[in-house]
Amino acid sequence: MCISFPGRIIAVKDDNHIAVIEIGGSEREVALDLLDEPVTDGDYLLCHAGFAIHKIDAEEAKKSLELLQEIIDNEIY
Amino acid sequence: MKYIDEFRSPKLVSGLLQNIKKSAAIYERPITIMEVCGSHTTAISRFGIRELLPETIHLVSGPGCPVCVTAIEEVDRALWLAAQPNHIFTCYGDLLRVPGSHLNSLEKIRATGAQVKTVHSALEAVALAQKYPEQKIIFMGIGFEATAPTVAAAILQAEKLKLKNFFLFSCHKLMPPVMHALLDEQELNLDAFLCPGHVSTIIGSKAYNFITERGLAAVVTGFEPVDILTGIAIILEQLINGVDEVKIQYRRAVKEQGNLKAQAIMSQVFSPATVNWRGLGRIEASGLVLRDAFSAFDALQHFSPPASQSQVNDACRCGDVLRGIIKPNDCKLFASTCTPTRPFGPCMVSNEGSCAAFYNHKI
Ligand code: SF4
Repeated sequence: MCISFPGRIIAVKDDNHIAVIEIGGSEREVALDLLDEPVTDGDYLLCHAGFAIHKIDAEEAKKSLELLQEIIDNEIY
Repeated sequence: MKYIDEFRSPKLVSGLLQNIKKSAAIYERPITIMEVCGSHTTAISRFGIRELLPETIHLVSGPGCPVCVTAIEEVDRALWLAAQPNHIFTCYGDLLRVPGSHLNSLEKIRATGAQVKTVHSALEAVALAQKYPEQKIIFMGIGFEATAPTVAAAILQAEKLKLKNFFLFSCHKLMPPVMHALLDEQELNLDAFLCPGHVSTIIGSKAYNFITERGLAAVVTGFEPVDILTGIAIILEQLINGVDEVKIQYRRAVKEQGNLKAQAIMSQVFSPATVNWRGLGRIEASGLVLRDAFSAFDALQHFSPPASQSQVNDACRCGDVLRGIIKPNDCKLFASTCTPTRPFGPCMVSNEGSCAAFYNHKI
């Protein structure tokens, strides 16, 4: 049905109601009405059925990958 | 692509598989893990994850595909609404080929002249209502908590625009009540849930506390191979060391409390109602209907479709597939009579349906 996907913000417009996002080389617009935090150019948004539903937490993504890598490298997992 | 490629790293995948094998050997007993999200079902088939796991780990699919759980009477009502003159009936593309009673479908009635238009978002349907004020635009809303807030926001938009020609046929369903119902399925004997990623973005991981309180493992997981395998590794760890709380693997997109703003918009517009699920029957407070303040947008109140004499095709075992009791290829019609181009049941229609996922990925 409507898959969710991550897209990078190129521009925020219409009084912070709409973001233009880039996803896999193409551009589209998503509504920001459901977001619970402010966003800005360069942020990644999780988009679903025409709306951004979450600002992707870059810090958490980095942390979980690093932790996994460390655990696997040390074979202590 | 960022946030996708890193979570497909072959090195991480093989490290995780080693870990899972070790833990499965320590745990010894067979375990059954259910996923209840159509995107998980698709990803598990697409990346061949079942084949990579030790024999003792069984992955079963539950009622995670929104198209598949749509009750037959809802499909029949949609067919009735779409057949009314001077309307434009809008829905997501996946619904077009879902068979109603007598294998009728929106696609078939469109071929005979009904105005059926597919959209990617409820906002597109609102825009149509704005563009064609002389036409009545009906939008059929399906999906769980990831989708329902987007439809609620579209209703608020229609209200703001003072539209009198936009109507919602709400068939939205809620995940925690159906997961609760599945805990009591004796035949299933579940050990753990892979909780849905994007539903949890909205409702948060705390919505599943009732699962760990019953002693089952639960982890909210993303959709890439590294996400899913980490989720399974965490489940094994929970089962070996004792289950305490719902874990979040998908931290980049999910918080314990979820998205409070989206939750508020959803509950401003909708209230929970007891509804019928395909294959699972009526479940208390498991669907969403428009609140009285928004009844002017309610397609059922405005058009009053007659009660239908809906008839499920008995040979289709979607109900058992959706409860995880049988695998798609246990159905006699699978891949012979029933294929994605000639679907007998909804589970073969949507890409997220278990039967379609098995068929498309040849497992
Ligand atoms: S294979 Fe077709 S008929 Fe059988 S359960 Fe799946 S959708 Fe129904």
